[in-house]
Amino acid sequence: MLQAVPVIIGVMVLCFLLLQLAPGDLAMVLAGEAGGAPPGFIEALRTRYGLDQPVYVQLFYYMKNVLMLDLGFSFRHNQSVLSLLLGRLGPTLLLMGSTLFLSLALGIIAGLLASLWVGTWKDYVISLTAIIAYATPLFWVGLMLILAFSIKLDLFPTSGMEDVVAFNEGFARVADIAHHLVLPSITLSLFYLALYARLMRATMLEQRGLDYVTTARAKGVAERQITTRHMLRNALLPVLTMAGVQVGGLLGGSVVVESVFAWPGLGQLAFEALFSRDFNLLLGIFFMSACLVVVVNIVVDILYVLLDPRIKVA
Amino acid sequence: MKSFQQRFFGDIRVIAGLSWLLFVLVFAVFAPFLAPGDPFAIVDKPFIKPFEGYGLGTDSLGRNLYGGLAHGARATLFIAVLGTVAAAAFGTLVGAVAGFYGGVIDACLMRITEFFQTIPSFLFAIVLVAILSPSVPSVVIAIATVSWPPIARVVRGEVLSVKQREYVLAAVIAGQKDLSILVQQVLPNTLSPLIVTSSLLVATAILVESALSFLGLGAPNVMSWGFMIGSGRQFLRDAWWLVTIPGVVILVTVMSINLVGEALNDALNPRLAAL
Repeated sequence: MLQAVPVIIGVMVLCFLLLQLAPGDLAMVLAGEAGGAPPGFIEALRTRYGLDQPVYVQLFYYMKNVLMLDLGFSFRHNQSVLSLLLGRLGPTLLLMGSTLFLSLALGIIAGLLASLWVGTWKDYVISLTAIIAYATPLFWVGLMLILAFSIKLDLFPTSGMEDVVAFNEGFARVADIAHHLVLPSITLSLFYLALYARLMRATMLEQRGLDYVTTARAKGVAERQITTRHMLRNALLPVLTMAGVQVGGLLGGSVVVESVFAWPGLGQLAFEALFSRDFNLLLGIFFMSACLVVVVNIVVDILYVLLDPRIKVA
Repeated sequence: MKSFQQRFFGDIRVIAGLSWLLFVLVFAVFAPFLAPGDPFAIVDKPFIKPFEGYGLGTDSLGRNLYGGLAHGARATLFIAVLGTVAAAAFGTLVGAVAGFYGGVIDACLMRITEFFQTIPSFLFAIVLVAILSPSVPSVVIAIATVSWPPIARVVRGEVLSVKQREYVLAAVIAGQKDLSILVQQVLPNTLSPLIVTSSLLVATAILVESALSFLGLGAPNVMSWGFMIGSGRQFLRDAWWLVTIPGVVILVTVMSINLVGEALNDALNPRLAAL
């Protein structure tokens, strides 16, 4: 948990270095390249970030501003970067949460079943599906799902998070959002589902030969109990670790998926920022995502303790 | 026990994977002969369906889909392999130094490696390419920056176990210099896990390159598979083949690399493969 602080500092330094790489000086980039910021504003930025001073002083000013959650202003959107990010955070969290749930639940079940059926045709079918899903580009899955389920079958909407002209309220609105959520979350889940299924299968097979399983069997514990009570719990730990490691990847994937489905989250915002060359906004999204990864990893650490009492929170 | 060659080339995964990769490689190398002309050139009417007169059909501007795939193989493979080689070089350097010297150097380098594994890597690649402005070198740099950490970890682990062996200790006593011990004694023995990890990373690199060019961050004026899907997505409703065909090609290529990489791993570690 203590590693959260160095990671956040590291990300800030990295953002600062990236800003240095961008064409034009820091103030120009912060104001949004050709973003139509008034000249006085850029001058004010120059003094505030100490651009006449050495680089490490500039870094200090930059970090101070970021730590006070002053991420700058986006002239394209005529809003502060922070409020833009907070406004788009909800949809991304919704997409991420449902994806995490879907991929973990189905991945664990698929991997468990494959390990129980190891060597049979059912195991081969699950493993082969996982290998294919593991190799499929996310954006292509999204487009294929749109082609099949939206265009041909007309079951799900092609884009957006809700039907804004329907003015749904209460339960109808929740149902509408859930309906829009189906395809994006399946798209984003597929790769991770495959990853967790393969990992789950491998760990279960590894656990199968360990001493504690033999002991349990010798004591006369039923096979079903050995699987669910003993092996499953131990096999969940590596999967959970992997889920924590993959959160960063999930956020990257959501840029692609959100741009395919026009899902109004951080990823879609990143996609828009790319095209308006609003680097400061892009870095804000990067910073926010890194913070999100740190938070999720803390949650994973806590879950670890709950799952395995031998581990203490560091 | 069977020899390495028997284990490796007798594997169905290797036979299937290598045949496809060889097929793609032929197109990558001989693209200018197999599909002459500029892949961006307009050759016929737009939206000709596959197998209805123009090979795999034409796209929204009347560009030949087959030509795009052939030249795309060249660009995608070149960028992915180059990015992975750069990542392997940098990762090996970091891992070897960390494992060989240990102590504070190791702790620092591993913290940095973990840091790069924690941050959202694809998002970082996007930011990097956007700021460096899209071009072949910046895409290669982005791929290398996001893929070196696993290599560094693998090499470090191997170096840690190899450096305790007698022949390395003998080299130390014989007075060989650090650098030559690393290069001559230690690193050659870390090659097999390095090759397995790198081959699997080429697959990831292809996915990253495709996603970047799909988002419009690929090198301009370079035909790549991801770019073809990105430019075809607007016409999904009317021209399914513009998106479907390049996607299948990416899928099969990435899967082939994964299969060959895993089979290579199993063939190199026959005892683990039995699990």
